[in-house]
Amino acid sequence: MLKLRTRRRARAVFIAVTLAAVPALPVRAADTEVNIENFTFAPKELTVKAGTVIVFRNRDDIPHTVNGTNAEFHSKALDTDESFSFTFANPGTYEYFCGLHPQMTGRVVVTP
Amino acid sequence: MSNDDSSKGIDRRGALECMIWAGTGVIWTLSGGVPKSSQLLGTSPAQAAGKAATGFSFLQISDSHVGFNKPANPDALGTLKEAIVKVSDLPAKPAFMIHTGDITHLSKPGQFDDAEKVIGESKLDVHYVPGEHDLIDEDNGKAYLDRFGKNAKGGGWYSFDAGGVHFIGLVNVANLKAGGMGSLGDEQLAWLADDLKGKPTSTPVVVFAHIPLWTISADWGWGTEDSARALTLLTRFGSVTVLNGHIHQLMQKVEGNVTFHTARSTAFPQPAPGTAPAAGPMLVPAEKLRGLLGITSVEVHHGKGALAITDTPLATS
Repeated sequence: MLKLRTRRRARAVFIAVTLAAVPALPVRAADTEVNIENFTFAPKELTVKAGTVIVFRNRDDIPHTVNGTNAEFHSKALDTDESFSFTFANPGTYEYFCGLHPQMTGRVVVTP
Repeated sequence: MSNDDSSKGIDRRGALECMIWAGTGVIWTLSGGVPKSSQLLGTSPAQAAGKAATGFSFLQISDSHVGFNKPANPDALGTLKEAIVKVSDLPAKPAFMIHTGDITHLSKPGQFDDAEKVIGESKLDVHYVPGEHDLIDEDNGKAYLDRFGKNAKGGGWYSFDAGGVHFIGLVNVANLKAGGMGSLGDEQLAWLADDLKGKPTSTPVVVFAHIPLWTISADWGWGTEDSARALTLLTRFGSVTVLNGHIHQLMQKVEGNVTFHTARSTAFPQPAPGTAPAAGPMLVPAEKLRGLLGITSVEVHHGKGALAITDTPLATS
């Protein structure tokens, strides 16, 4: 019993360390997903390498859009489970919001 | 809209039937800015009939979201039909109807077609303002404006007079800015100032727009960031009634001479602010749904300085 609990705890610690490590590192060029759920972009802030494709997917029963604050990109209205992809080719900080519910905001930081 | 509509005021019999139709609803009567509510059963029918005889009524429907088919209401077109049946069954014909936006769910031509066909069954003139769901076609609102904006100014705003009341339809769902809420914008506010110029302060004013013109929840975007500028233009009027939708639930506030009121949706309810992680369609047991959807009737009583707002659910449970 004691052994089992120890093993479980060890596994939990391992998972926690792995998860904690992910957001700290810029993600490589593979697709990265931002979920739109409960009227929020999650994660709200994301750091990626230049050239990364980010897929924004709407999980709400209400349409949303993904608009760059400086009009760098602009999705159509995304119905439930629809998605919008954009390649962040150039380093910089990109603020974006939902054109229907502008209180919903997010940020992508693109590193070289 | 001609003034002829005012001649269609309901008679004593009509008013009595109206009381019956309204069932257990609450009637709000505004007198000198102080709201008095009374259960309709407690209102003297003779008093009610006497008041109604000199005025007229109009209807508000809102947030029909035609095309919505998610679990919170798999048949939003069906509940809109039920709402229109309720309108058609009214013993006294309202002068006209206003629709405070989110006619469709996704601005698709078929959704606009379905909505117009069903709402047309009421045989009433309908004055629309758009919700944010009505401006999400590829051309940023062309689908809505081609249909409903022919006699409107700018982004779809307009005014008209009926029965001695000045009606103003505003658009606060276009060109929204990051981090903000609903917005009227400089061009529309300048038009509003011009529209109100020279109007006697004794003219009752009804303003209708999709998103509330008072802040109900900033976190949920339930407000209009520059609404104070519009309200400043309206402060000199003795009776101002602001009718909104968007939040899919009843809410009312009185501030000075201004009464703010939000109508129910005909499609699905939303949670009260702060009671859920987010706004959005609220799933309720099927037998509860129609108690949370409904229509709104507004009566104008001339010489009384009062507008009576009555909200009626699609069904009482």
